[in-house]
Amino acid sequence: MTDQTTARHTEANVVLRQVGKPLERTDAEGKATGRTRYAGDYTMPGMLHAKVLRSDIASGKLKRLDASKARALPGVTAILTAEDLPDRLAATDMPGQTGQKRAATDRQILVREIIRHHGEPLALIAAETPAIADKAHDLIEYEIEPLPGVYETSAALQAGAPVVTEPDNIVGEHKIRKGDTEKGFAEADHIIENTFHTQFIEHAFLEPEVGLAWVDENGVINIRMSTQVIEHFRFIADAMGVPHNKVRILGAMVGGGFGGKEDITVELYLALLAQATRRPVRLAYTREDSFVGHGKRHPFDITHKTGVTKDGKITALEVTIRADSGAYVFLSPYVLLYCAVAAPGPYRIDNVKIDSKAIATNNMYTSAFRGFGAAQACVAYEAQMDEIAKAISIDRFELRRHNFMRTGDKTATGQTVESAIWSDKCMTQALAALGEPTNAEGPVKVGRGVATYQQSYGRITWFHDTAEAWVGIEVDGTVIVRSGVTDIGAGQASALGQIAAELLGVGLDDVVVYNSDSAVTPLAGTTTATRALYMTGRAAHKASEILRGRLVEFAASELGVRPEDVDLANGQAFVIDNPESAMSLKDLAARGASEGLQRSELAMFRAPFTDPIDEETGQGPVFPDFTYGCHAVEVAVDTETGEVTVLKSVGAHDIGQAINPQAVEGQIEGGALMGQGYALSEELIYQEGKLVSPSFSEYLIPTSMDMPEIKSIILESRSGLGPFGAKGIGEPSLTPVAPAIANAIADAIGTRVFDLPITPEKIVRALREADENA
Amino acid sequence: MSLEKAISVEINGIDRELTAPANETLLDCLRRHGHFEVKSGCEKGDCGACAVQIDGEPVDSCLTLAWTVEGRSVTTLEGLNDAENPHPLIAAFLEHGSVQCGYCTPGIMIAAEAMLREKPDPTNEDIAIALSGNLCRCTGYTKIFTAVKQAAGVLRQGGGDD
Ligand code: FES
Ligand code: FES
Repeated sequence: MTDQTTARHTEANVVLRQVGKPLERTDAEGKATGRTRYAGDYTMPGMLHAKVLRSDIASGKLKRLDASKARALPGVTAILTAEDLPDRLAATDMPGQTGQKRAATDRQILVREIIRHHGEPLALIAAETPAIADKAHDLIEYEIEPLPGVYETSAALQAGAPVVTEPDNIVGEHKIRKGDTEKGFAEADHIIENTFHTQFIEHAFLEPEVGLAWVDENGVINIRMSTQVIEHFRFIADAMGVPHNKVRILGAMVGGGFGGKEDITVELYLALLAQATRRPVRLAYTREDSFVGHGKRHPFDITHKTGVTKDGKITALEVTIRADSGAYVFLSPYVLLYCAVAAPGPYRIDNVKIDSKAIATNNMYTSAFRGFGAAQACVAYEAQMDEIAKAISIDRFELRRHNFMRTGDKTATGQTVESAIWSDKCMTQALAALGEPTNAEGPVKVGRGVATYQQSYGRITWFHDTAEAWVGIEVDGTVIVRSGVTDIGAGQASALGQIAAELLGVGLDDVVVYNSDSAVTPLAGTTTATRALYMTGRAAHKASEILRGRLVEFAASELGVRPEDVDLANGQAFVIDNPESAMSLKDLAARGASEGLQRSELAMFRAPFTDPIDEETGQGPVFPDFTYGCHAVEVAVDTETGEVTVLKSVGAHDIGQAINPQAVEGQIEGGALMGQGYALSEELIYQEGKLVSPSFSEYLIPTSMDMPEIKSIILESRSGLGPFGAKGIGEPSLTPVAPAIANAIADAIGTRVFDLPITPEKIVRALREADENA
Repeated sequence: MSLEKAISVEINGIDRELTAPANETLLDCLRRHGHFEVKSGCEKGDCGACAVQIDGEPVDSCLTLAWTVEGRSVTTLEGLNDAENPHPLIAAFLEHGSVQCGYCTPGIMIAAEAMLREKPDPTNEDIAIALSGNLCRCTGYTKIFTAVKQAAGVLRQGGGDD
């Protein structure tokens, strides 16, 4: 026997030995024993401690800033203010990899005069101890003259409104036009219109932003930090006025990201202080710094007007979208685009008109968050589906079945979907997995809801996304993978190891993955946009495959057979029809090395490249591909208190091919609880732009007490663009959860709360109003 | 500078002397002495990432002053990872994929281990209550519950005994 592991036959009848197995991740043991070093666990001799002074007012004018007392404090090494950075700006645009020109959305690094949001940085402090830095922070004197601010998108659009972003507070706008909506509405028997509102929320990763920077002997600014994007090194270099090769960002295992570590966080402050002091500098955000200091999920107002025939065929859809982008642009135009493109859901609708705007206010700026606009879109379109079903009295699942897209259909932007669309299969299986309905008693009502979705994986195709990976085999037959991908907790690095192990015929234990170092590991792009597995997985696959080809060829000549007769497994190269005829990879690699065989390969994977969509019609391809699936829940609602308990939560997703099914389940389970918080309890409260809930005692994420029974159903169409036909699951696992819960609550109580979070107070009010109207 | 003193404390079974200023938290003190397995998530007692055991009882080290552990014993995750005899929780977390970003993991293991000594055959509710002070944003807790139950089973069979 050459292969002791149980062979796994996929639909394509390909034997996979490593991929598709719930293997222990390469990073698991270090984390489970406490040995993993996170970015905050590194120190250096002579290290300084940094602190950021922030504005506690959202809209104002900085009249005076006097750091002289703080500078005079013994142990204070540097205090930087806007005066020290006269011509420096920080990029807020999408982290680019291509050198393509970025949008003109740079922001001031430290406040020069105008303060646009609560928490905007006024000064940077570096001191010998954290306590001295704290004291210096309190000794900086400043005077802020409050200015009128604007805190609602509707107010920001009014004539004479304070201008947060020139010229008119509109920072993004997208239109989609398909077919003829007038004609579509004329064909409809019913027209149903509703507006849905989503709230500001916080990523709440457990590890606050942290990093350590030093300038090395070559004058390179090194920054070891917790980030999803090491390739911000380019923006840091631009902001510092140094060449790109003079800034290096090294990641570490990241204690959660969810989009909140996608934009620049501590790295620019660290670079500035390390350069100013020429000493190592550490900056660790407190939880409050983290709440106040990074961008949030956009609140959206989304109005759907849907025309539908009496048997449930959707004939026309008009959607109006407004997003609060807060005080700086950051990724708002892209988040808005995702929302607009996602707005029709996984449905085939021939007549579509979508208008969307992202609007600047003096609230905290909003940017990336798992689901990236498409999650907000789903909150609206799936609630609307249930409202349509209710209004025209047809079954809500049948309504969905009647309208689901099929492979080969076009999206609203005219992009043909070529991969599997298993929305129906996923919904049917998720509903079945809910099992027998739970009995309801007295004031407690039980309800069920589903949400299906269409969520892209991979970046917008006109970004021309690429990723690189290097794979090599050592002379003892062990394997090394190098790729710049950041690992934010989902097993991004381990997955590359599993792919290389599969192709090179070794176990995952025989692979070491080096990742997340902009100077040393080949650049692989960002861990965002559900692209890490797709892009870096394909790069690792490509490099492994080329290396495999060389090894197989060399083994074939050693074993005296043709290359097509040789396979690699269990650390051996063997003849497929005569497994006794074999040589170990160790011997093979050593023999190969002595013959000058190239034992490594660097490969680049390129996503599909397109031109931008048409500005007037929004027509054209936007994403490489999409994931489809369904989340189903059962809830119990106490109609007296409004309290909601999620009883069962099932995610069923076609992810193409699970590389590590256990890791996929982890995404689905984590998404289930994060979505539950989004639906029920999480909301950042801003008063006049000031965050009044900057702690976990006020901002409530789900705890172990809130955990329902969660089931994950993994479907594998093997039709995706990722390695082995994989799609993506990072964002899709979250997207349908909140709308499924909203629909289950509406099912339980017979009326709907149209704005998230669905708190007990809102439920009680909705019930009272429904009563009064009855 | 605030007053410093040396305190004797047993950490993971080894007698140590730690220097600490009067106002230093146990969290900062342990990390300053190289115990990076103790994590800082909020420094307000809200997240449980910093949990350690003092004389076997789980506490948030961010709310505990270092001086107050003088003469007592402190257990961190490192203490559960005895080279000869690692706690069955560790193997169970690895087997079930209960670790994602891993930042919450040290605190969760500390809380779970303390619960398992009180409740050798915990129900879901026992686990939920024991971990209610430990936030995890990645896992949805599901695989953590599975692992804790498995570790309980192993311990009941006599596995992982000292
Ligand atoms: S750091 Fe101690 S409870 Fe959060
Ligand atoms: S594994 Fe990331 S917070 Fe728990």
